Amino acid sequence: MTALAPPGEPRRIAYLYLLPGLVIFGAFVLAPLAHSAWLSLFSWDGVTPGAWTGLDNYQAIVSDPRLRAAFLHAFVLVGFYAVLPIAIGLLLAAAMARTRVRGLALFRTVLFLPQVIALVVVAVMWRMIYAPDGGLINEGLRAIGLGGLAQNWLGSFSLALPSVGLIGTWVMYGLAMVLFTAGVQKISPSLYDAARMDGAGPVREFFAVTLPGLRNEIAVALTLTTIQALRSFDLVYITTGGGPGDSTSVPAFEVYNRAFRGGDVGAASAIGVCIAALIFVLTLLINRIAEREAAR
Amino acid sequence: MRTIRRGAPAAFMAVALLAAGCGTPGGESSDNAKQAEESKKNSAKVDVAKAGDLTLTIWDQEVRGGQAKQIKQLNQSFQSTYPNVKIKRVAKSFTDLNTTLKLAVSGPKAPDIVQANQGRQVMGALVKGGLLKPMDAYADAYGWKDRWSKTLLDLNRFSSDGRQFGSGDLYGVSQMGEIVGVFYNKDKVGSVPKTFGEFEAMLAKAKREGEVPISFGNLDKFGGIHEFQTVQNQFAGKASTTDFVFAKPDASFDTAENREAATKLQEWAEKGYFTPNFNGTGYDPAWQQFTKGKGPFTIAGTWITSDVASTLGDKAGFFLMPGQESGAPPVSLGGESLPWGITAKSKHADVAAAYIDWITNAKAADVLVQTDNLPAMAAGTQPASAVSKDVFAAWKTLNDADGFTPYMDYATPTFYDDFSGAVQRLMAGKVKPDAFTQAVQEDYTKFADKQ
Repeated sequence: MTALAPPGEPRRIAYLYLLPGLVIFGAFVLAPLAHSAWLSLFSWDGVTPGAWTGLDNYQAIVSDPRLRAAFLHAFVLVGFYAVLPIAIGLLLAAAMARTRVRGLALFRTVLFLPQVIALVVVAVMWRMIYAPDGGLINEGLRAIGLGGLAQNWLGSFSLALPSVGLIGTWVMYGLAMVLFTAGVQKISPSLYDAARMDGAGPVREFFAVTLPGLRNEIAVALTLTTIQALRSFDLVYITTGGGPGDSTSVPAFEVYNRAFRGGDVGAASAIGVCIAALIFVLTLLINRIAEREAAR
Repeated sequence: MRTIRRGAPAAFMAVALLAAGCGTPGGESSDNAKQAEESKKNSAKVDVAKAGDLTLTIWDQEVRGGQAKQIKQLNQSFQSTYPNVKIKRVAKSFTDLNTTLKLAVSGPKAPDIVQANQGRQVMGALVKGGLLKPMDAYADAYGWKDRWSKTLLDLNRFSSDGRQFGSGDLYGVSQMGEIVGVFYNKDKVGSVPKTFGEFEAMLAKAKREGEVPISFGNLDKFGGIHEFQTVQNQFAGKASTTDFVFAKPDASFDTAENREAATKLQEWAEKGYFTPNFNGTGYDPAWQQFTKGKGPFTIAGTWITSDVASTLGDKAGFFLMPGQESGAPPVSLGGESLPWGITAKSKHADVAAAYIDWITNAKAADVLVQTDNLPAMAAGTQPASAVSKDVFAAWKTLNDADGFTPYMDYATPTFYDDFSGAVQRLMAGKVKPDAFTQAVQEDYTKFADKQ
């Protein structure tokens, strides 16, 4: 044994231990990803030999107003899938931090339920809830004499996207809340005591103690929900099919459309690669910001 | 961690890239066109009983209600007549079949018989790849050209390079027919209208009486295509619509007739002749209102016939949208179920053709009637319910007059979304009729330029 060698087994053996996981990850994640990127450089209908088109498919994403609109819709959905649920989750967590709620576990379970239900079921259910005639929302409004507020939720060009987005909010806030209530319990009670001793009200307490204490949880929630928003497909596919007109089309829906309906696998792959890249950059950004805040 | 070289992840990525197989996608199928040409030559009517022991692999989507019943019954009768043939059936939903078929047929273990949906997306793509066997020789041998009207056969035709839709070689035949027409409630409608004008007057009357004249939901997007074409057929000539869908040179959507039709449909929507908030109402909930006895009409496909019969019973009837003048030849949006075709790679093509003949012959037509389906071929048996009888009569009238116009969404691979979205805009009053026809034409031209 020479003094230079680190203790234990040689470091290179680590690769051997990593190998099984790496092989699976490579075969099912990296290779398909690389293959998609490769396909995105072709004009290919899925059957006949493809034609090399270089970056044309990517250029089309920028120049096609419909695709630009689809990406814009995805960003609107980030507001509904990520920002709104996190705001609601924080509110709930803050409320639960201040008071001892009886039957907390039950509430948490009930509020978390939307996360557990398959998205297809959620979408079918919300289609019924949003139905202009006989749907829960409109009938409810009519029952309390607010029939004038009844809307053509999924069929209106201006309301359809927010309506789909709110379904996402409903699905996601449970996740945010569970993450945050767990996080709140981790914050030392002495911090709250100190804040109260200093005369902080509930609002001040929230911004001075709860919010900073939940930094990591917020980063996790933001990452998960943003990914969901950007790759959302099921809700749109089942509730509106991208309609009315193109007012709810999203990139993931366009991937499906182009690959399986339109027979343009190259363009579909290009959109897919863009979604993946976008998600990668955004999650990196979110985590960088969270880390920098933590280091402060 | 210092000892781990930075280059390792990059090296790994490179390996992954290589493993992903960087060749021209679909490259090895280039000689398929020749293969299809070869397979065209050796087609013959055979005696299946003497074909020896073999297995036919069949991919179909006959999985719902009456469809499932009929194919099970026909498969059983085929196998008991020819015990030497084993049928290996792969049943999938419509969407599943459409999305997986290309891969299956181009793969090494291609099925023998497939249901390849009409139009450019599926059948056109397969023909382009030389993956389907031209069936004209079988059509002659089995007399299929007398079994179906010209338009119904044309819908399953492509030029051998897959570019021209609606003419060229025959790549499949269909079992069932479908028409989009008007279902009506006899309690609310005294007599069947003889002209388009009479029908409009009925709509106005129903509206005055506080009813929803036409139950219609367009949240699922496809319903609007049917409403538009039902009106369009009474303005634009049958030939112009067919030429447009088949992408004949000079065919255009931006015509005076189509603008008139669009104006009329928008006018109906503005006058409140459709279910309120139709763009936000589901297709099924809307026609279900009609079957619950609300409103005089719904414009829908014959796929809802059995539901209408079981709910409204003898109160329900069906008619084809009448023309501008009384006694005008019938024109209606209609078509046929997914065609059964033979793959170019099939080793038992002749037996496969015999099977397809078996499921579309006169006996099969009777089986279809007994299982609540509308056979595309002539059938001896008559259906039981009043509305089914109307549908049968309408089919016969249309088939004899060859009065079908094909679905607009066959026109280009992306037309389903392009067109259904455009109709949603038109009916919501978001675009003027002339902007509608122009926009549709633009989407179409984009495709034509790529061809």
